[in-house]
Amino acid sequence: MITPSITLRWLLVALVTFVAAAGTARAVQPDEILPDPAMEARAREISHGLRCLVCQNQSIDDSDAPLARDLRLLVRERLQAGDSNTQVRDFLVARYGEFVLLKPPVSWSTFILWGTPLLILLGAAAFVWRSIGSQARGTAQPRPAAELSPAERAAFDKLMAERDQPKS
Amino acid sequence: MITELGHFALILAVLVAAVQMVVPALGAYQRDARLMSVAEPAALSQLTLLTFAFLALMHAYVTSDFSVANVATNSHSTKPLLYKISGVWGNHEGSMLLWVLILAIFGAAVALFGRNLPATLRANVLSVQASIAVAFGLFILLTSNPFVRLEPAPFDGRGLNPILQDPALSFHPPFLYMGYVGFSMAFSFAIAALIEGRTDAAWARWVRPWTLLAWMCLTIGIAMGSWWAYYELGWGGWWFWDPVENASFMPWLAGTALLHSALVMEKRDALKVWTVLLAILTFSMSLMGTFLVRSGVLSSVHAFAVDPQRGVFVLAIMVLFTGGGLALFAYRARELRQGGIFAPISREGALVLNNILLTTACATVLVGTLYPLALESLTGEKISVGAPYFNMTFGPLMLPLLLAMPFGPYLAWKRGDVYAAAQRLFVAALVAIAAIAVTFAVTKPGPWLAPFGIAIGVWVMAGAISELLFRAKAGNANLEEVLRRLRNLPRSVFGTALAHFGVGMMVIGIIATSAYQTERVLLMKVGDTVDVAGYALTFNGAKAGQGPNYKEQIGSFTVQRDGAPVTTLQPEKRLYDAPPQPTTEAGIYNAWTGDLYVVLGDEQTSGGWAVRAYFHPFVRFIWLGALVMFIAGAVSLSDRRLRVGAPQRARRSPAAVPAE
Repeated sequence: MITPSITLRWLLVALVTFVAAAGTARAVQPDEILPDPAMEARAREISHGLRCLVCQNQSIDDSDAPLARDLRLLVRERLQAGDSNTQVRDFLVARYGEFVLLKPPVSWSTFILWGTPLLILLGAAAFVWRSIGSQARGTAQPRPAAELSPAERAAFDKLMAERDQPKS
Repeated sequence: MITELGHFALILAVLVAAVQMVVPALGAYQRDARLMSVAEPAALSQLTLLTFAFLALMHAYVTSDFSVANVATNSHSTKPLLYKISGVWGNHEGSMLLWVLILAIFGAAVALFGRNLPATLRANVLSVQASIAVAFGLFILLTSNPFVRLEPAPFDGRGLNPILQDPALSFHPPFLYMGYVGFSMAFSFAIAALIEGRTDAAWARWVRPWTLLAWMCLTIGIAMGSWWAYYELGWGGWWFWDPVENASFMPWLAGTALLHSALVMEKRDALKVWTVLLAILTFSMSLMGTFLVRSGVLSSVHAFAVDPQRGVFVLAIMVLFTGGGLALFAYRARELRQGGIFAPISREGALVLNNILLTTACATVLVGTLYPLALESLTGEKISVGAPYFNMTFGPLMLPLLLAMPFGPYLAWKRGDVYAAAQRLFVAALVAIAAIAVTFAVTKPGPWLAPFGIAIGVWVMAGAISELLFRAKAGNANLEEVLRRLRNLPRSVFGTALAHFGVGMMVIGIIATSAYQTERVLLMKVGDTVDVAGYALTFNGAKAGQGPNYKEQIGSFTVQRDGAPVTTLQPEKRLYDAPPQPTTEAGIYNAWTGDLYVVLGDEQTSGGWAVRAYFHPFVRFIWLGALVMFIAGAVSLSDRRLRVGAPQRARRSPAAVPAE
């Protein structure tokens, strides 16, 4: 059973990574691009995760705002100075606060944010598990349905008859 | 004059809705047929009055009557006619008027086509519908009145935001609202069922077509918005997890879950309580979307605090209907508990899994959208929740859903056999595995995980086809016989298969364009050539031009492939007159394998132009998938088994049938 679970994890990572790579820049100008393609790729990756602080929910990679350009240049400057990706991010967080990160780090104040999907999933699974259990033990006795009035019964029969007619 | 009549009609419509809210419900309570019969003429006259009010506003737009404040703020005399008309709903006030008009259309549809509903249920449904109409009618009259006059009238209007002057975006809001408001039907039926204390399969059979119709419209509405963003915003992005997008996506997720759970309820009389709850929650998500977009809370918590009137009003509406609905649910849901029993591995079980994953996804989007607002107003701490968060949480929730999707239709009701289903899906699995190999071979060197994503899309598509073939017993009959059997399959079976097929297409589009897109950002001088994914793109220069209400610069690019000419692309940069705002019109060449997408940037002082060129492989599958899902909904709706609502349609006018 090892193989399937590993495959599953790959697929998870694949979906996450490649969906995350969606959306590219209109904003990067030709003169900003670094000569080293590998370093430029790193700059793009970092830029995707940084918020253009004056825009609404745009990354600096997507934004036309002058501030976004300044930040893109700053990111590239730090990279050329030899910083790692994490160091660049930390540098920007130290300057602008965690607001600059589009993916908030897990902390006490984001605990609910990151925990919700899992908690709901587990809660729902537990609930379903319990109701299946009570079903199996036969404790969930279905109540008898309310009686139909004669008029309702007639209408219902008409509907059923209509449904059961062979299609033309 | 016409504007004032429209204003008057709107006020009358709210009054009629108030009568429709009270009298039929009272009649249902007292079992008084005369009181209940008020509902039908009330619903129809509400529709007539609101149609008139809407046309009156449209008249003001078409004739460019700038003494109407709403027209002066949002229109301009030089605007093309199409955008004068779509300008009616391109702003807050007008779009709310469209909202209540669509609500009235749905209400009138229940009145007209619901004559075979139990009388009390119909009266209660129309009464609940009217209560929504009263709430939003008052909202328009008190905070967002589109009929207010200006004195003195300005010489010309301020114009519609140029990036909104676009054919696809003209029809994006009406479809979106058909979706949002369509879910009010499910809500009204749920509340009526709770008031009556009973639901049955006939109830679900009534709710399902309306939910399906709303879902179809929402699907195509969201897809139109996404498509518009793709070609208009100038870098080929099609989904940004923007709060406004999330506002429309949440009702879609909840509505998709509702569609599936209503199926269980209709066929097996199970999941009643859950379906009723989901109907309430789905419409709550629609209200939430309206609140988020209309209150200004999204741009900033502070913007909301500065001009809170509208926001607080919508918030009150949302709390009233969601809270009231949930309270009634808590009080009455016990009455509904009953229904068919099923094993965990069964069609019902698969649909429960679908519901768990979709509602979790919906809750995730909700939390992600609201969390920064909540955190800031509680602690003052400012954080951003952007695309990376949603991709990390949403993707993993969709993965099991997509993997399990082909199994669902193969499982029997009550008790299914996974092993047998897996055997029947063997061919589909082979096709998916082949897709991995083919993708690897074609794209190498490339991201080595993306082929698995493509394979999931192929798996979903192949699973949908194989289900149809299995039902037609394609394995052991000649072609003619198989075709005959296919023709005789219920339309709803086709609808299901087609909708799932569309989902698969969408997955392929998303994965392919995300993983394999090519991008070139560069400076081009006249005569320069650049290679983009096998296309040779030559820049021929740019020239100035003049549109009806904008100035533009048009670039010209010759596209060649393997030395043979393919096409000429002419991306534009426009500067609109009113309001003065620049836009980009990308030059897009659509090939079977994907889009070549060229954007003209700024002219550089050093000579030459900034140019962005992209190749988005299979990107159209995203919207084609949505279109297929829309068509699938229509096919399903045309199934005569779903037509309980309109049995005598043939004798009435065949046009103007909202349920089709």
